[in-house]
Amino acid sequence: MKFLPTSDADRSEMLRAIGVSSVEDLFASIPAEVRQPADLPPPLSEIEVRRLLGSLAARNANARESAFFLGAGIYNHYISAIADQMLYRAEWLTSYTPYQPEVSQGTLQSIFEFQTHVCLLTGLDVANASLYEGASALVEALLMASRLCRGRTRAVLSAGIHPEYRETVRTYFSALGFTSVEVPIGPDGRTDPKALARAVDADTFAVAIQSPNFFGVVEDWKVGSDAAHAKGARAVAVVAEAVSMALLAPPGEREADIACGEAQSLGVPMHFGGPVLGFLACRAEHERQIPGRLVGETRDADGRRAFCLTLSTREQHIRRERATSNICTNQGLMALASNIHCSLLGKKGLREVALQSHAKAEYLKREISKIPGWRIPFGAPTFNEFVAEGPEPASPLLSRLARRGILAGVPLSRWDPDAPNRFLVAATEMNTREEMDRLVAALKAGGTGDRQVPRQDRP
Amino acid sequence: MSVSVEEKKGPAPGDRRHPEPLHEPLVFERSGEGKVGYSLPPLDVPETVAIPEVLCRPDLAGETEISEVEVARHFTRLSRLNFSIDQALYPLGSCTMKHNPRVNEEVARLPGFASAHPLAPEEVSQGALELAWRLEKILSELTGLARVTLQPAAGAQGELAGILMVRAALAKTGNPRTTVLIPDSAHGTNPASAHFAGYKVRELKSNARGTLDLHVLEEAMTEDVAALMLTVPNTLGIFENQILDIARIVHGKGGYLYCDGANFNSFVGIAKPGAMGIDVMHMNLHKTFSTPHGGGGPGAGPVAVAESLVPFLPRPTVERRTDGAFSLDHDRPESIGRLRTFLGNFGMFVRALAYISSYGNRIGDVARGAVLNANYIRAGLAGVYHLKYDAPTMHEVVFSDKKQTASGIHAMDIGKRLMDYGFHPPTISFPLIVYGALMIEPTETESKTGLDAFVAAMRKIARESEEDPEIVKTAPHTTPVRRVDEVGAARNLVLRWRP
Repeated sequence: MKFLPTSDADRSEMLRAIGVSSVEDLFASIPAEVRQPADLPPPLSEIEVRRLLGSLAARNANARESAFFLGAGIYNHYISAIADQMLYRAEWLTSYTPYQPEVSQGTLQSIFEFQTHVCLLTGLDVANASLYEGASALVEALLMASRLCRGRTRAVLSAGIHPEYRETVRTYFSALGFTSVEVPIGPDGRTDPKALARAVDADTFAVAIQSPNFFGVVEDWKVGSDAAHAKGARAVAVVAEAVSMALLAPPGEREADIACGEAQSLGVPMHFGGPVLGFLACRAEHERQIPGRLVGETRDADGRRAFCLTLSTREQHIRRERATSNICTNQGLMALASNIHCSLLGKKGLREVALQSHAKAEYLKREISKIPGWRIPFGAPTFNEFVAEGPEPASPLLSRLARRGILAGVPLSRWDPDAPNRFLVAATEMNTREEMDRLVAALKAGGTGDRQVPRQDRP
Repeated sequence: MSVSVEEKKGPAPGDRRHPEPLHEPLVFERSGEGKVGYSLPPLDVPETVAIPEVLCRPDLAGETEISEVEVARHFTRLSRLNFSIDQALYPLGSCTMKHNPRVNEEVARLPGFASAHPLAPEEVSQGALELAWRLEKILSELTGLARVTLQPAAGAQGELAGILMVRAALAKTGNPRTTVLIPDSAHGTNPASAHFAGYKVRELKSNARGTLDLHVLEEAMTEDVAALMLTVPNTLGIFENQILDIARIVHGKGGYLYCDGANFNSFVGIAKPGAMGIDVMHMNLHKTFSTPHGGGGPGAGPVAVAESLVPFLPRPTVERRTDGAFSLDHDRPESIGRLRTFLGNFGMFVRALAYISSYGNRIGDVARGAVLNANYIRAGLAGVYHLKYDAPTMHEVVFSDKKQTASGIHAMDIGKRLMDYGFHPPTISFPLIVYGALMIEPTETESKTGLDAFVAAMRKIARESEEDPEIVKTAPHTTPVRRVDEVGAARNLVLRWRP
């Protein structure tokens, strides 16, 4: 086995040094009755591993080989070749948590830079080293808000928050005695401000809204902030499409206390949904309640600038059951990818990606709205995703289109059985006008027509 | 054991391996107005901003302007400040820093995985669903447990999922109970996860062997206890040889036996948790199954459960239909719900499946190699470093600094001095029940030559501690930065760059 460097001669020598006659002797403390070998097939060579995994990969439609309009929390954005190739470097790939700062300055400085990018994008003071993904990041943000409003037990969530995020909140809350109340969105696709304000009471620790919301509609963070602050609760801003932060007013500027969500679209491949990249940022006065790892700047014994993990007394390895979170890891490699991506695109590129995504979605929205029998049900402004509604159930239509090489959108029926004809369509800088026109033509034709030849030449 | 040590003086102050300067400015400090590091096609639709100005920001003040070549240099230079497995032994106990096969990285980047979307129609995602289904079957076989959820993003989230399932199962009988028992040697995530699952934690004192004391357990195990969270083998690298009695006691009071499977790498393919009476167990794909640690994640923490907990698994589950097609089952009314979006860290599933397939029915060699290597290190350092618990060692061995403290040398100093000899330090000061702990886990992917070099360095440091303690106390001397002021960092918080 090529991953095992011990020769038979080495093994004999090692056993002699240990003072046992066989490796099996070292397992004597495992009761005989629980010892059972694994019933697995014989080992595969590297060629066979490539063949097996290649055959599985070949059976998944993907953004490289389709006209691609899927979103709903995971987006297909430009990633420079260098961002991924840098991740192959062993110093990034095969290192671990930077507990020993003297031999981890690379990781530590990169996290410090990532924290800075998140602060600049959210307009807040402090960001952590990343969290698993968007839904659990929202949970951590809400739990943080609960610590800032001790004794209160409920969170008010806009129904415009990603349904899987809300479901995750319910899972975590179930055991903690917290409840979440959901405020519906209004007819224009925005959270109803009056209903939101009415839902907040003196027992509410957080008010959370998402923008762009699950339906792609741009919300005003201030609606959430005002509703929260009127009753002494904390305002949580949820972002599932992080590219939008380069164009939209940042949560900090619109008085949100905590921003959290999913930063996959800033440099992380879609990975069938994971690994992706959760983030969380807050105001400086709340920094000691932030969950997860944090990197701070300091000095070494010679007075040089250095970085290290800090405020660890909040964390589980020290505080155990009194920790601010049970989280141990962050999303290290994904945070690095995002740091590289944000650094490359920077001030102009992040903005241009946001503007292109928005302009393309606007074009597509207009073209779809012109198709007889089709409409755009929500009138409020959208960023790069919107709900389309056609004359027939969406799921079978989308399946037909998928077979023709067009991944046209995400049906909403799983979350809203009363809206079988509606689906989410997303556009990014990766889409061309030609393929958007192709989508529109296919929708006009009801998803039938010639099978499209999969394209192999996509970026 | 005889270890030949090359008798030369170790690296000393001024003996810097890295030429100056090692300092790399922040990427923001490398920024220069007018530089560009990206290119996009020209916009092929009408330019428009159809969002009210009040909801938009004018610009991204403070963000970078930098060319691709400067970004390449910046991140390459930064990377060189990191220690990594590919460099040398990385004996971070409990973390299982083993070689990461590169074919796994390659296959995970196939467009059918990396550029696939979790909400594409199932009929065009069959390969991804089959991969998850296959991995579940394999983990179920390896654990001897009925089913596995792949959803948790990391070990800690797996723990939470496991305890929430226990809670749901007990709640169904009318009483979720109030307490979770956890030995004093456990990972900090165990009590934190139990707390976030709504339980009080009662800590159990370990016995003189370093394992769970049956009398202590019997006394603590009441009908108010939901579960015992047990790490097997425990964080001292010692197998709970009374595991069957432990399971009997826990089950006798209607509780569940939770296994923290962080150390599964020491018995994978050799023994099955299901046969031990374990009801629920998380695994760390980044430990036992070698998905890369990536500087602190992404991890993946699948949870295997016995039949009794299957109804409560997070949703959705992946099912194989009678026609052979794979689909997601969201309709699981007793499920604890979701812990995160989508199926989990799918990219890690790809790597783990590739890894397990490479070993196949020889997967037990992973455990054999890990246990052999840890015992070899133990033999090489016995008598030189204090071993508080001398029960048989599995995949890791925990020494302490007790013999060195007389010269004012602490575990941290020993760890820092190891850096000068080209090794990453072991885990320091954990588990908490060994004062001044040095927790060493070599893993199966370390050669005898590498182990010998590590043992030689540790022996040398022990000698230096007596003969030249100052050089140990002031170590490291050869790293990119010297000891950093961690107290100062926490007192005077600087958590970001400001324009």
